[in-house]
Amino acid sequence: MENQVIELAYALDTFYFLVLGAFVMWMAAGFAMLEAGLVRSKSTVEILTKNIALYSIACVMFMLMGYNIMYSGTDSTWWPFALDLLGSTDNSAADVIASGGDTYYSALSDFFFQVVFVAATMSIVSGAVAERMKLWSFLVFAVVMTGFIYPVQGFWKWGGGFLDAAGFSDFAGSGVVHMCGATAALAGVILLGARKGRYTPDGKVVAMPGANMPIATLGTFILWLGWFGFNGGSELMVSNVAEANAVALVFVNTNAAAAGGVIAALLTAKLMFGKADLSMTLNGALAGLVAITAEPLTPTPLLATIIGAIGGIIVVFSIVTLDKFKLDDPVGAISVHGTVGLWGLIAVVFSNGDASIGTQLYGALVIFAWTFIVSMITWFIIKLVMGIRVSEEDEMEGVDISECGMEAYPEFVNK
Amino acid sequence: MKLITAVIKPFKLDDVREALSEIGVTGITATEVKGFGRQKGHTELYRGAEYVVDFLPKIKLEIAIDDELLQSALDAITKSANTGKIGDGKIFVSELSEVIRIRTGESGAAAL
Repeated sequence: MENQVIELAYALDTFYFLVLGAFVMWMAAGFAMLEAGLVRSKSTVEILTKNIALYSIACVMFMLMGYNIMYSGTDSTWWPFALDLLGSTDNSAADVIASGGDTYYSALSDFFFQVVFVAATMSIVSGAVAERMKLWSFLVFAVVMTGFIYPVQGFWKWGGGFLDAAGFSDFAGSGVVHMCGATAALAGVILLGARKGRYTPDGKVVAMPGANMPIATLGTFILWLGWFGFNGGSELMVSNVAEANAVALVFVNTNAAAAGGVIAALLTAKLMFGKADLSMTLNGALAGLVAITAEPLTPTPLLATIIGAIGGIIVVFSIVTLDKFKLDDPVGAISVHGTVGLWGLIAVVFSNGDASIGTQLYGALVIFAWTFIVSMITWFIIKLVMGIRVSEEDEMEGVDISECGMEAYPEFVNK
Repeated sequence: MKLITAVIKPFKLDDVREALSEIGVTGITATEVKGFGRQKGHTELYRGAEYVVDFLPKIKLEIAIDDELLQSALDAITKSANTGKIGDGKIFVSELSEVIRIRTGESGAAAL
């Protein structure tokens, strides 16, 4: 009887990883739709191609080397390199029962749950560099980011490396995923430059409105749904009362933070610009989600709402500030995931007594420094070898034509 | 024969078409265009960046018409497209030297 319970718990927790991993996979659709809606129609095909390709590259690179870099279980807390293809054997029932339930999930389900997180990290970059980056240069960067840059800093925290040992707290990845992705994006944006005509010589910001608000909104809702997998699954277990309750609280807090982010961003935009701005409101929802991702378990739902709301306020200011620095980010990815990712890491200390502000900032700095430096080097090498920016004519005509030879809305008049 | 080119507000299209049908006009071509006259356009806001939309969406109608019907057509359009607010549009009348019906090859007034 007890063996049956152990097996059942194993099955349930494995199922949990798989289903919630599938939710996180669905976020790829969310990113694709959000980005497609916020770029101009002439850049839509390219960004969709980037999104589906980067997801696939992430899956392959993580399988080939990333997973083992991140979870090799080596003794080194600094350098976790272990090139070792993902096997296909898994725990046997005998192993599981012999462990008394300590082995409580399929090894492959763990891989599956982790691989979708890499993909999420990489997709943060695609929006920030949209409309003027060469498609294949981006995909080359994706290979490096998903096979190396992300796994190394992921190891330092979730693989048991030195950040984890130092007490750095990051439940589902405000730092490891969101800040990391945003930092890689920032390095790219700095090297790439703004879209032509975006900033006038006298300091004015020229609006380049997105082509499809319904699609952008749908994308946001899809990401919101996927985030239940992102945060909920990161509890890593559901098969007893305590864990089930924890998962429930994580779901509630995740939802609450998003709602707080929406309302705060909506009000902030109204106060700052005089009118509600849908695109800022969508960013606000995501900002709320990013803000709670570092710690969705210990806050009360009310505190989670407030943490999300502060994220929603921060994101609006961050977007406007980046424009002042002429850092052109068509979808606000650097602000949503980077600026608010940092806030998420800091907010942990408000409800989690095991975390300290010093360690949180230390972790943030390490992730930022590693990702920024290595990303910048990578982008720079790619630029030398194949260039990263399309030509001015190609940018004017639209990267859909120059990089993909295809239009997104061929029956509508564009431009 | 004359060619009437009328630029009107898009939501007036149905009213104008009905008014023209009533006086016996049997063919209209409509195109989506953008334009401005003395109506200045409006300011929009996107992520904190203000921008002026000078060119507003309009509908351009082209109607080939017999000289006899010209004045009643002009009256019909003027009345049905009017809202009294700026941006109602303009009508241009030009000489039409030839009209041909593609299916039958008829030309001139018979093709109208």
